Amino acid sequence: MGSTSLAYLSNNLIYSSLFVFTITFFMHAIETAWSIRGDESATRTNVFDRSKTEKVARIATALMILGFLLLLAGVIVRGLSAHRVPWGNMYEFSITGALAFTGAYLAALKKFEVRWLGLPISIAVLLVLGTAITLLYRPSAPLVPALKSTWLVVHVSAAIISGGVFLLANTIAATYLILDRMESRGGRNAWAKRLPSLEVLDQLTYRLVAFVFPLWTFAVIAGAIWAESAWGRYWGWDPKETWAFITWVAYAAYLHARVTAGWKGKKAAWLCLFAGSTFLFNYVYVNVWGTGRHTYSGL
Amino acid sequence: MSDNTLELTGVGFFRYLWRQLTSMRTALILLLLLGIGAIPGSIFPQRTQNPMKVREYFNNNPDVAEWMDRLKLFDVYGSPWFSAIYLLLFISLIGCVLPRSWEHFKAIGAKPPLTPKNLNRLEFHRVVECDSTTALANAEHWLKKNRFRIRHNPNSISAEKGYARETGNLLFHLSLIVVLVGIGSSSVLGMRGEAIVNIGERFINAPTSYDNLALGRFFKVENLNPFSLTLTNFKAEYDLGTNAPIDYTLTASASDVVDGASKIKIIKVNSPLTFGSTRVFLQANGYSPLVTVRDKSGDLIFQGAVPFLPQDANLTSAGTIKIPDMDPQIGFVGSFIPTADRSASRGAFSSFPEALDPRLLLSVFQGDLGMDSGIPQSVYRLDTSKMERIGLKELAIGESYSFNSVGTITFDGYTPWVNLQIVRDPGKQYALVGSILAILGLLISLFTRRRRIWIKIGEVVEVAGLSKNNIEGLEKEIIDLTTWIKER
Repeated sequence: MGSTSLAYLSNNLIYSSLFVFTITFFMHAIETAWSIRGDESATRTNVFDRSKTEKVARIATALMILGFLLLLAGVIVRGLSAHRVPWGNMYEFSITGALAFTGAYLAALKKFEVRWLGLPISIAVLLVLGTAITLLYRPSAPLVPALKSTWLVVHVSAAIISGGVFLLANTIAATYLILDRMESRGGRNAWAKRLPSLEVLDQLTYRLVAFVFPLWTFAVIAGAIWAESAWGRYWGWDPKETWAFITWVAYAAYLHARVTAGWKGKKAAWLCLFAGSTFLFNYVYVNVWGTGRHTYSGL
Repeated sequence: MSDNTLELTGVGFFRYLWRQLTSMRTALILLLLLGIGAIPGSIFPQRTQNPMKVREYFNNNPDVAEWMDRLKLFDVYGSPWFSAIYLLLFISLIGCVLPRSWEHFKAIGAKPPLTPKNLNRLEFHRVVECDSTTALANAEHWLKKNRFRIRHNPNSISAEKGYARETGNLLFHLSLIVVLVGIGSSSVLGMRGEAIVNIGERFINAPTSYDNLALGRFFKVENLNPFSLTLTNFKAEYDLGTNAPIDYTLTASASDVVDGASKIKIIKVNSPLTFGSTRVFLQANGYSPLVTVRDKSGDLIFQGAVPFLPQDANLTSAGTIKIPDMDPQIGFVGSFIPTADRSASRGAFSSFPEALDPRLLLSVFQGDLGMDSGIPQSVYRLDTSKMERIGLKELAIGESYSFNSVGTITFDGYTPWVNLQIVRDPGKQYALVGSILAILGLLISLFTRRRRIWIKIGEVVEVAGLSKNNIEGLEKEIIDLTTWIKER
């Protein structure tokens, strides 16, 4: 197959994954809606009726896996069509980022009880993929010389995986804050009752950040090593570098805050949200409006 | 934390300050301040990165810019307030980490703490039904097998594991100090310079060869590596669909000492050339039109390549040619168009970055170039305040233009130029080693569990644990231990 038909195939795979994620979203929405009804009777008997929602939730997870696989194929074929890793522009970062985000969720699902995250995750993935397809799409093209390096694979993959996990941690921290507010106002709403306790959410956020912080550190250092060979300096306070540093500092502060008493829970969750938003800001601001050396051929 | 009864005088005051500075809370605040302090540098243009943008900012908002300049918002990363934050953080870091390292060093071989009286208040407390005479020995066997540190107490054993967590933690913070020292030593012991060199010309590593050169405070000019480079060829490949560059290849014949034996070397964007601790990077490229200027009697006044600066992605380039040796003086403001195209709205423009059909557009000025005033001038700009325009012409290669019967200019051709960045960064290795150790320390400290296990024989056999870092896994270990004791 030629490059053009491969690029075309990649587009179709990505569209298909978008379609599957849309159904996933509806399945998770139905699951959440049903669990509210199931809950009303449950408040009296204190037993959750999960028989109905369980089936829907399993379908949703199966669809999420299918969507992930389609997206994975789409990303790989995109790379094949351009004869390089598919990380040359913002469209490609976005589809890979959505892939990393879904992957982080599915991996977490194996270890922790996080299926309740399905709804926010599917919404987020739909948003990222939708923006990528409509606003950021660029035809498949070769890399500019500065990107021609093995470090592209190392640096960008570490950054994208970190980003996926950071966003997952952010989703959980945001859930924490919403639930904390509900509880302080007299109790959780019906739909929120099946979600884990605040303590579990707090702990989960911390573990995700602690897991991925070394990887993010590595991503920054790999970027520095690459910058040294491409631009002659390993650190130049380029906007992207500055914001990567700010994200690093914010997460370092979060980790320190967690070990210092009195910073657990709400404060830590806010700090985590702040740190995650610096990452998102870096991605959007520097690529779209920013100047500096991390902006390549039209996004 | 601070002591409220402390008298705030003399030594006590400094001790108080020092304790405040090295407290975790202060470190945390400083860390956040460092992050927040870095933000303005990414929003406002910085002199170190883009002096042109700063000048533009001054032109557009002169009043605001002047105030912002007082706050050093155009030199954020070199500003006193930013330095203050990181220096305080650095001191706080040292003040916190060094005593802790010493404590940790002393604790090598320390025994776990005594068994608490009431084990049932601890985590995962359980009573094990087994033979109490062999329980301790069995437990010790299991704990030793799993490499716990053990302390024998009367009728009980205390065990602890996971000292590596603190080791990793300290390694991480000490490595950060190494990184900072590496960065600092580069800025005083290193050098960095840039030079635009035409293909076909020779670059000799001497101060005069540079367009700009920044030396570290303790870097001596004699220490510049005496290498030389003769640039023989430069090849740029572009994508035919998007016009984006695909590859740049610079070929040069390099010798370690001036006039020494030379070797052919290839320099690419991601593979610089290395001379000892000095590296040569390929940073930018453009075109230098080759021109010949003669006066009205046909005598040669100027001949050579003049670098023009690229203005867009298709390398439409702008520059000036100054001829001070004619009377009155002559200056050309020119555009070099590598692949000439023409449209009604844009006039002449370049439609491809490679020089497929080059043109040179020239405006000729006559008068005073203003070069005698002693104020250094940009070679890319012509001060036309004391000059008048006497002609305008588009030239293809080989064509000549006779301006105002004063002289002629011939467009002989072009040669590419490259911008070489030459850097000597002696602290780089330290920063790298520090970074690698930092990640290692981080991994050790984040993934090591520190936990204690006690086993006690009283009326019954009791086991309990204490996990210090809230990472799960202790429960499983205690189950393993109790099963082990039971089944022995």
